[in-house]
Amino acid sequence: MSEIDFEHRQTAHCESGTMAALLRHGGLDISEPMVFGLSGALTYACIPLLKIGGMPLLAYRMPPGKVIKGLASRLSISMKVERYNKPEIGMRALDNYLNAGRPVGLQASVYWLPYFPKDMRFHFNAHNLVAYGYEGGKEEGKDYGKEEGKDYLISDPTLLEPVVADASSLKRARFVKGVLAPKGMLYFPESIPENVDIETSARKAIKTTTRMMLKTPLSFVGIKGIRHVARKLERIGNDSKREEFGKLFIGHMVRMQEEIGTGGAGFRFLYASFLQECGERVSNNKLLEASVMFTDAGDEWRRFALMIAKMLKGRAALDFNKLSGQLIRISEMEEQAYRFLQKAI
Amino acid sequence: MKQGDVPQNNSKTLSGQKKALYVQDSDGRYITELSSGWDVEEVVLNQAIERFLLREKEAINRAEKGLTSPLECHMYQRRMDVTVLSQSTGFFKCQIRRHFNPVRFERLSERKLTRYADALGISVDALKQLPSPCKDNV
Repeated sequence: MSEIDFEHRQTAHCESGTMAALLRHGGLDISEPMVFGLSGALTYACIPLLKIGGMPLLAYRMPPGKVIKGLASRLSISMKVERYNKPEIGMRALDNYLNAGRPVGLQASVYWLPYFPKDMRFHFNAHNLVAYGYEGGKEEGKDYGKEEGKDYLISDPTLLEPVVADASSLKRARFVKGVLAPKGMLYFPESIPENVDIETSARKAIKTTTRMMLKTPLSFVGIKGIRHVARKLERIGNDSKREEFGKLFIGHMVRMQEEIGTGGAGFRFLYASFLQECGERVSNNKLLEASVMFTDAGDEWRRFALMIAKMLKGRAALDFNKLSGQLIRISEMEEQAYRFLQKAI
Repeated sequence: MKQGDVPQNNSKTLSGQKKALYVQDSDGRYITELSSGWDVEEVVLNQAIERFLLREKEAINRAEKGLTSPLECHMYQRRMDVTVLSQSTGFFKCQIRRHFNPVRFERLSERKLTRYADALGISVDALKQLPSPCKDNV
């Protein structure tokens, strides 16, 4: 048995929550919004060529791994990241780190994690969690790494309490194949600099995010991406043959926006919280104002989700043009917020 | 969103879990607040789950008439589609569709069956049987 003293704290998002927890354990206590904001992970993208279950990929944040890498490079934290070809070796490496008293972040598939409620399980391979110990299983001699009766102690940042995962399920979840396959990815901060300059880093991070949202020369990314989807909804509305697809598509939009651990409104509230924290640190009232603008935009995203749910339930008439109009409204609010932010820093 | 507006709809799908949301308290300061679920999410989540259940039921019906193999039923039960199954087994999508043919499925080698069984997290014997409908027994 091996158990490390590790503080579990529930957060909104798995990757920023895992990173915040690992850093806190390593002595750098920064909040989840800070982690998310500094890593520059906020975005909007609709990529029609990449499909999930027949639906275009919709993203409110940068691809998985960005929080870890983005934050590490922004704060000059050196991360140890390991991947394994063989599950047995990957599991043994995990045991070795735990035996050495080091909690580690793991990438795993949501579907195969045994502690998740049944209805929340989908084939999403880039979930993040912290393993901080195990119990049961022989540790010495030939039986080293024996799976039966072995349970790992898991601090999953999206859940209320710490949980356990049996060794064979965890192995499956870590070594599932497919898109974003975790390949047993295991990571932890190797060294954290003594003095972290949050203020400068935040300024740079905000600049990166505003530039990406306003200036990416692709029609399906950033503010343009939101308008792209708005036009798409309008086209669906004009074509009665696509009504069924349209219903699935708007349902998919809400799921990506709310369900995948976003802290509400597709990370917009999380980002508003980040701006507020920055504004208070550097006593910049403009950042506080920007935070309010993001909150307002987030509220409109929530309203958009509510409209969709009512339409799908049949409590309101299915009206793609109305949804499209709401998205245009959101895109205008967000554009204003980013332009304001650009001037504020 | 204000703290008082956090939805507490006790969603069944969360099975007693709660989700952290970032909201503003009465002074406008950001805090996290736990939500027991939001009906809006429940609607869209059920839409996605029902789609899998429906496909599984249809597949089982077809399998009973000898029109498809148990493989297709197990695939939907595991909330996969041909794309995901293809990625997790390494078979091409067209190969998998061919294996939906009951005659061809019968003739599959033990090795190929094992590949499917591993990806689906069931035994080879279970793979050859039809799944009991609407049950997720991980």
